[in-house]
Amino acid sequence: MAGVAVSTTINGDNVEYLCQPDETLLDVLRDRLGLTGAKEGCGTGDCGACSIILDDRLVCSCLVLGAEAQGRRVETVEGMAHGDKLHPLQQKFLEHAALQCGICTPGFLIAAKDLLARNPDPSEEEIRFGLAGNLCRCTGYDKIVRAVQDAASVMKGA
Amino acid sequence: MEEAVGLLTGSAGTAAILAGGSDLLVRMKGGFTEPDLIVDIKSIDGIGEIRQTAEGFSIGAAVPCAMLGENEALKRAWPGVVEAARLIGSKQVQGRCTIVGNLCNASPAADSVPALVAAGARASIVGPAGRRTIAVEAVPTAPGKTSLAKGEIIDAILLDERPARSADAYLRFIPRTEMDIAVVSAGVSLTLDTAGTITAARVALGAVAPTVLLVEEAARILVGSKADEATLQKLEEACSAASRPIDDKRGTVAFRKQVAGVMARRAATIAYTRAGDR
Repeated sequence: MAGVAVSTTINGDNVEYLCQPDETLLDVLRDRLGLTGAKEGCGTGDCGACSIILDDRLVCSCLVLGAEAQGRRVETVEGMAHGDKLHPLQQKFLEHAALQCGICTPGFLIAAKDLLARNPDPSEEEIRFGLAGNLCRCTGYDKIVRAVQDAASVMKGA
Repeated sequence: MEEAVGLLTGSAGTAAILAGGSDLLVRMKGGFTEPDLIVDIKSIDGIGEIRQTAEGFSIGAAVPCAMLGENEALKRAWPGVVEAARLIGSKQVQGRCTIVGNLCNASPAADSVPALVAAGARASIVGPAGRRTIAVEAVPTAPGKTSLAKGEIIDAILLDERPARSADAYLRFIPRTEMDIAVVSAGVSLTLDTAGTITAARVALGAVAPTVLLVEEAARILVGSKADEATLQKLEEACSAASRPIDDKRGTVAFRKQVAGVMARRAATIAYTRAGDR
């Protein structure tokens, strides 16, 4: 089967790749482009571990075809830090120990980034509701919620 | 659009339409379908937009449900449709899923469909024979099956302009607080006169039959009333009686029949309050 040629933007960089028509964007990111931050938890849009931002919308990259990224803007967890300087959410996840095994963390970081972009001052309930599409089987969520609250206050002050 | 219809019409094997992909990609992943052709309709002009027209609203087939919640005019006119669409999946799924996809997936438990049927929404269809418009309830024919012919694409859902003192509401029962599949659901749309008497009503139930149910008896009970207790009791009984659900792991027949009445009563109460506030 011939590949589909795709030209897209990932974390601000122009990227071109060939993919199969039925190949997910998650598989393209991980297996063709070496961007392994997005994880495959369920592969069916339930767990949020593969979350990315596509043209300013938070989506599961397992539910997007690689071919659909043509001409669009993709943001992944790899684009959050600037060089050695972590994004405030990444810093606060570390400080609050808001992760254990880490599989869900990139998805939480991207989902929290999208949440704070839309609502810079969310209530605890809004954070819990906004992150309901991301499953964590280790932390029990409390530390994640506190890390997002702390990051929000740092980002408002910035 | 002609190109998309041509591709679908000319395909010899299994063809699939891709908008948000939140059902299609899951079915592909699970091995339930292996399309020979996937037509991504998102780049078709206007299909990703919500337009206000002389008649009301036209919601393009590629509009993600998140966008419905961001459209203030639509939320004001059709709060029940918007709240139903916004119940589908997580934030991630909301960024992709569409009401046309929800309709064409033809699940008996689809959240947006009872709200659309209560709203009297119509599906605008383009196909090899041209354009036609049908009531939303005429689209699903059985679980997973629609009345669309080969090559046909629903390009938009049409909602009417609202008369004064009109509102709708949608409620579903799920055992958790969010992100679940409706065990039973109800959509109600009402118009009141200046005295608060209901002059027009539509009541639709989800997940209690192979396809969405438009309960005309329930609408007849509501019209002429002020949604008083005796009327609501009759509404509840009519909706329970109209339900023909199945037993499954998410609910029994007896439970679903009872809750269908309760959901309809509560949705009618919310719609009545909303309509009276405008």
